[in-house]
Amino acid sequence: MSSAIDPVIINLTVFVLAVVVGYHVVWNVTPALHTPLMAVTNAISGIIIVGAMLAAGPEQLDAGTIMGLVAVMLAAVNVFGGFLVTQRMLSMFKKKSK
Amino acid sequence: MSANFVALAYLIAAVLFILALKGLSSPISARRGNMFGMIGMAIAVLTTLTVTQNLIYIVLAIIVGGAVGAVVARRIQMTAMPELVAAMHSLVGLAAVLVAMSAFYNPVAYGISPLHASNLIELFIGTFVGAITFTGSIIAFGKLSGKLGSKPLHFAGQHWFNLLLGVVMIAFGIMFIFTESWTPFLIMIALALTLGVLLILPIGGADMPVVVSMLNSYSGWAAAGIGFTLNNNMLIIAGSLVGSSGAILSYIMCKAMNRSFFNVILGGFGGGDGVAGGAGETEQRPVRSGSADDAAFLMGNADSVIIVPGYGLAVARAQHAINEMSNHLIEKGVKVRYAIHPVAGRMPGHMNVLLAEAEVPYDQVLEMEEINNEFADTDVVLVIGANDVVNPAAKTDPNCPIYGMPIIDAHKARTILVVKRSMAVGYAGLDNDLFYLDKTMMVFGDAKKVVEDIIKALQH
Repeated sequence: MSSAIDPVIINLTVFVLAVVVGYHVVWNVTPALHTPLMAVTNAISGIIIVGAMLAAGPEQLDAGTIMGLVAVMLAAVNVFGGFLVTQRMLSMFKKKSK
Repeated sequence: MSANFVALAYLIAAVLFILALKGLSSPISARRGNMFGMIGMAIAVLTTLTVTQNLIYIVLAIIVGGAVGAVVARRIQMTAMPELVAAMHSLVGLAAVLVAMSAFYNPVAYGISPLHASNLIELFIGTFVGAITFTGSIIAFGKLSGKLGSKPLHFAGQHWFNLLLGVVMIAFGIMFIFTESWTPFLIMIALALTLGVLLILPIGGADMPVVVSMLNSYSGWAAAGIGFTLNNNMLIIAGSLVGSSGAILSYIMCKAMNRSFFNVILGGFGGGDGVAGGAGETEQRPVRSGSADDAAFLMGNADSVIIVPGYGLAVARAQHAINEMSNHLIEKGVKVRYAIHPVAGRMPGHMNVLLAEAEVPYDQVLEMEEINNEFADTDVVLVIGANDVVNPAAKTDPNCPIYGMPIIDAHKARTILVVKRSMAVGYAGLDNDLFYLDKTMMVFGDAKKVVEDIIKALQH
């Protein structure tokens, strides 16, 4: 057995553990908040912005970096839009006002 | 900055994302959870900024996109949430495709040069999931916003054609993996984009909540797939969280309609073919109808009232009126609660948000499973803008298309009031036995007008 672990295996480990965590956490979400859940997961999937920033990262501007910049812009819509609309929705959920 | 430091910062961000989802277990902790999510995202973005050049362009792109997002988040109407969510899924899908193309164009930027076979496989998967999410979500957006018409679109041999398209797409994907060239890569993307359109077109009507949840899931898997290519744990973790969340929501929605996931994907419900069931027995059955004054009298003298709202309530913009009505009833000492079916709105949990927006306190709003046992002890049920979700045939008639679908047990209450425009059928195209019970009184009219009339009568 060679000593170095292929990064694919490490990625797979992280992936499987994250799915298990996601599964348990999401089942605990109250059905009343399923719409905010979807909005906040929209914002979280905006994490693709990290990949997009790396694509836009190299100094010389070429097709690769420009596609990266466009992706940064698209993902930023999700990040800001997702978190802000979630916040707006959550602020509506109030208990009895008396 | 060192790669180790970046990886540790990503770990913190990932934990914060998990806490953001965990917060949603109750409305009390949810706002703090959302704050955690924002901090997590800020950490991830700022950390990434330390390892990239072109800072000015990147920051500019974030500001432009962020401003659009912020304006939309502020302006969007709560009834339009499904469209917004679908539109945002499409953006993630497109961003994933662009990142994948960029990674293939310049793998050095990600430190994955030379590309191994495993990188290419991951690139292929991330790209086609992203592409399907992109166009599929655009179609979903079009249907939800009414720009496309929500009718399912069918053509002969559709499923076989889609299957063929999928196989050809995978073939080009494999060719891409072996040749490492642009042509098969671009053809594969074009086929995936087409497939996204064709997969969502045949689904419509009542199945849209499942579609939205499913695309939510895809958008997460696309991000995770790109994370595999880039060996980036941040993308893998966040993408997987979103992917599992969407998958669970799809499952919950399917279960709430008693439909299998495949059944929904293959389409057919909410279109023309579900109507056949009720067509045979169109003889006029007598219904008892009454006025808003009668309804006000019945509810005003009840001990307990449960309101069963459906999406028709939101269509009539009657949410605020219904809250005002329940406040009048509460003042008279009536116990008022709301019963929500999982598919009451156009996306999971939609009705809860619409009621919350109308300032209905969330502790008055109960889920179907929480409240179903209490109908037998309830004096009056007010069904407003809902139909199929209170149809007792789902429990009693094995021949009925919605047989087995969990329903709200409105029929068990002592008196049932149904506010409806006419005797027209619901999504499933079925007649509803609930309307013909002796203890049922129909109040015909526009939901908002009727509720306002009830309020007037209650004030006397």
